[in-house]
Amino acid sequence: MNFTLKIWRQKNQKDAGRFEMYEVQNISPDASFLEMLDVLNNQLVLQDRDPVAFDHDCREGICGSCGLMINGRAHGPGRKQATCDVRMRIFDDGQELVIEPWRAKPFPVIKDLVVDRTAMDRIMQAGGFISARTGGAPDANSTPVTKENAEESMDAAACIGCGACIAACPNSSAMLFVAAKVSQFALLPQGQIERKERVQKMVIQMDKEGFGNCSNNYACEAECPKGILVTHIARLNREFLRAKLV
Amino acid sequence: MTLDSKVPDGPIEKKWSNHRFNMKLVNPSNRRKYSVIVVGTGLAGASAAASLAELGYNVLAFSYHESPRRAHSIAAQGGINAPKNYANDGDSVYRLFYDTLKGGDYRAREANVYRLAEVSGSIIDQCVAQGVPFARDYAGYLDMRSFGGAQVSRTFYARGQTGQQLLLGAYSALSRQIGTGGVKFYDRREMLDLVVVEGMARGIVCRNLKTGAIESYIADVVVLATGGYGNTFYLSTMAKASNATAIWQAYKRGALFANPCFTQIHPTCIPVSGDYQSKLTLMSESLRNDGRIWVPKKSGDVRIPSQIPEDERDYYLERLYPSFGNLVPRDVASRRAKEICDKGYGVGKTKMAVYLDFADAIKRNSKQWIEEKYGNLFDMYHEITAEDPYAAPMRIYPAVHYTMGGLWVDYNLMSTIAGLFVIGEANFSDHGANRLGASALMQGLADGYFILPYTLGDYLAKTKFKSLATDHPEFKKVNTDVTERVNKLLAINGKQPVSEIHKKLGKVMWDFVGMGRSEKGLKKALKLISEIREEFWNDAKVIGETDNLNIELEKAGRVADFMELAELLTFDALHRKESCGGHFRKEYQTPEGEALRNDKKYAYIAAWEYTGAGKKPKLNKEPLTFEYVKPSERSYK
Amino acid sequence: MNSILAFYYSSIGKKVLMSLTGLFLIVFLVEHLIGNLLLFANDSGKMYEAYGDFLVSNPVIRFIEIFLFLGVIVHAILGVILWIKNRKTRPVKYKYFRLKDNSPLASRTTIWTGIVIGIFLYIHLKSFFIPSRFTSQKVSSYELVMHAFSNPWYDLFYLIALLVLGYHLRHGFQSAFQTLGLRNKTYAPFLDMLAFIFWFLIPVGFAAIPVYFFFYHQAVSTMIMGVH
Repeated sequence: MNFTLKIWRQKNQKDAGRFEMYEVQNISPDASFLEMLDVLNNQLVLQDRDPVAFDHDCREGICGSCGLMINGRAHGPGRKQATCDVRMRIFDDGQELVIEPWRAKPFPVIKDLVVDRTAMDRIMQAGGFISARTGGAPDANSTPVTKENAEESMDAAACIGCGACIAACPNSSAMLFVAAKVSQFALLPQGQIERKERVQKMVIQMDKEGFGNCSNNYACEAECPKGILVTHIARLNREFLRAKLV
Repeated sequence: MTLDSKVPDGPIEKKWSNHRFNMKLVNPSNRRKYSVIVVGTGLAGASAAASLAELGYNVLAFSYHESPRRAHSIAAQGGINAPKNYANDGDSVYRLFYDTLKGGDYRAREANVYRLAEVSGSIIDQCVAQGVPFARDYAGYLDMRSFGGAQVSRTFYARGQTGQQLLLGAYSALSRQIGTGGVKFYDRREMLDLVVVEGMARGIVCRNLKTGAIESYIADVVVLATGGYGNTFYLSTMAKASNATAIWQAYKRGALFANPCFTQIHPTCIPVSGDYQSKLTLMSESLRNDGRIWVPKKSGDVRIPSQIPEDERDYYLERLYPSFGNLVPRDVASRRAKEICDKGYGVGKTKMAVYLDFADAIKRNSKQWIEEKYGNLFDMYHEITAEDPYAAPMRIYPAVHYTMGGLWVDYNLMSTIAGLFVIGEANFSDHGANRLGASALMQGLADGYFILPYTLGDYLAKTKFKSLATDHPEFKKVNTDVTERVNKLLAINGKQPVSEIHKKLGKVMWDFVGMGRSEKGLKKALKLISEIREEFWNDAKVIGETDNLNIELEKAGRVADFMELAELLTFDALHRKESCGGHFRKEYQTPEGEALRNDKKYAYIAAWEYTGAGKKPKLNKEPLTFEYVKPSERSYK
Repeated sequence: MNSILAFYYSSIGKKVLMSLTGLFLIVFLVEHLIGNLLLFANDSGKMYEAYGDFLVSNPVIRFIEIFLFLGVIVHAILGVILWIKNRKTRPVKYKYFRLKDNSPLASRTTIWTGIVIGIFLYIHLKSFFIPSRFTSQKVSSYELVMHAFSNPWYDLFYLIALLVLGYHLRHGFQSAFQTLGLRNKTYAPFLDMLAFIFWFLIPVGFAAIPVYFFFYHQAVSTMIMGVH
């Protein structure tokens, strides 16, 4: 398969950036999107041109490193996929593919398609944990959790922190990301002690980082590679209200 | 060099508790005066960094990722072992110890393995307290499953994402410490060298991947938690960035490298589909619980699987191992798959695959039953191959998955360089020649949460430290070394992209140093590896700038080290004239084709010592003695 | 910081205020519609007039009225503030952004539907509320309605505005409950049903009025024509 690629190139944070066009040929339909970019990069290296920088690591959809806007869609046109899960067979031969980095004020571009997502880590550092220090934990079975809650907590915990929810949101809101963590802990007995404190600290940090408001578009849910539901956002809202007003 | 394992005296079940009592402690108010560098923030690194900071030490944590949550520990699927005996099926610390030692084909230190089994229960407690959403039964208690190489249900799991959940647990503990200032986290920093001052590890030099700056950091001790070196094979289930540079440079600064040839090849991966392939995807071993592995009886049979009648199929694992059948340990399943494909019975376009068939399980139970159990894996297979595994059997093939070898450490997890601790997959410690499923998560967290925080304190309490600054001549020297290495890479200016050369290296490693190793093949590999090295330093093309994010430069540095490590790995494989666990030498097998260990000559840990560029490494041996478990032939028939 | 103030300054706090004011206005719409349905009573507007008089003279209603206006103002201003603020979270826009693949049109256009509703409200108040409330001489509200809706262009504008209102509510109603944290597995199906009533039936109910009067006039004028 052949493709025309229109890729965002930006030397560093200060550079204004621009689109550049590339051609790749003879791509196997079974190749992943990132493997297609590998082919492009080898081609560029041989032409003495700077290869396209993009984040990636596990290439099996779990580490959350990769994240590209492909033809206007976070992680490409498929559902429940990270960029590394996208296979070239889903595109048409000869198609033009526009590749952009995640764009949001809290995600400054480091280079080309690589953005700095440490804002998400700072939200976690503000409160995305249960303060159980090493040692002294009671026996694991002394804290029963209903199967239903454990499952729902796990649904939320599946978040890979890729930032697609933010990239896909018209307001660059990080609510789904924050909700996933708040919800995971709110559903577990272990999370009750710091329940109120956690949600407030995380929301304050989220706002401080400059993420937008949730306008309940639900584009985040549609683009989440792990299918995390916006009902978790409802729970986040509830937790926040409860913490503030009850 | 004589290797002192520092294994404490006393009966095995008392060793760790005695040792803990005998260790010196650092007064809580003095702890903040000590600083610790932790390189790598996966399961082992994050848990160690968090635990040390909780104790009050000043921790500097480094990762080449933007966030600790990206570490490849996240990709572990199956679960984590602990002998909680919640299933009431006769499990005990001793049984886990026994299974792990046997599974490792008697090439691990008894005392370490026992300690691992001993602390593993606390890991589960700790993780539950952190909010890890383990699977639960209807009473709300933890659910367990069984895993390869064990006859009890001791594997705790969180769907098929146990590694992710455990890593996120450790990440949350680490995040808490970063938030309160207990840990200073340096993101996108890749350690490129170790600084040893007067025989003590005192700092690291790393490249800031965002700015290209070469930076030096000082501490009282250095902890390496940088994972395994499976990417030496180019194609593996490792993450793309996983590399050996940190441990390799530490080796070159004097740490010994133990058992490098012990690599694990996982039997159930999605086969290679083409030359562009960048990595291999693992499918959980649990699939073998219900899938049947077979190939056509006729070599080169091109019929589609459904047209091959039952009596023309060879369910070779069931044939060879009637009692364990498809559930033989990883090394056995992998080797048999390779053998049968090498004989020409392989299936698929490349003929390098065997069938994993669920038709019987679907018939016996239902499609829905399979869907509930393995739905996500089936979807993943479908997504990658565009084939529907409910309708036709999956094609699977083994892939490099884990490296048991690593830097040599004593019982305290300290390497042969004073003050250099190595934890997790980066050390060689507990798995011997083969790792059992669900034991990697266990070891990483045991090291980080429950072992290192004690042993590191002991070292600090017993050692006098000089205060240092980065203008110390040794720091300056290492800094210059690193800068020169970087410039040397950029100056090659050849004609081949780095990844192409890496691919070549990988192919040699897979063909000759993979599953079936022979003296002839290994010698050939040594020759080829040195040729590829030559090729790399003459013909690689590394472009870009040093003062910027440079993905090619990052790759080049890693590949340069893989090539050196590949040589050591092959040396080790060549010297170990026996078959054990993941190391299978064709010359040493039983008439039935099983691994033939040689306990008389090779019951030791091979710890290799760097002797200088281009010089043959020196072999040091740490003899293994087995007081509790008598080595026997592993039989799964 | 005072915790109520902190609540307001938080991103969720502002959204909660949006949803509360929104729901309050929706409640008003229900009341308004019920009252207006009196127009259909075949009594030449007697009941409707009585209802209008009650609204104007009752002190409680007059008191609530203040909050109603405050609600509109807060909802509108906050809406605009949030819109501006949210736009700033993406200083470099995507060249291609297929938001439409991922979210309903109604959710992406609340600012515009809101503005249309604002304009409508202004005209609407000018034609009905101000004359009956602030002019000294007694006007018949029934006649006002009859008169206003005799103009087909006005009717058309009115219908379009209601369509836009429906669209605004289509997003707004469920969104309010989501923001208040009330959309969960148990309530969601019920809320979705309720949402339908609000975004569909309420505007339809209101729309019936101009349509009714339009045809009423048609009928009356044909009758008159017929007499001639």
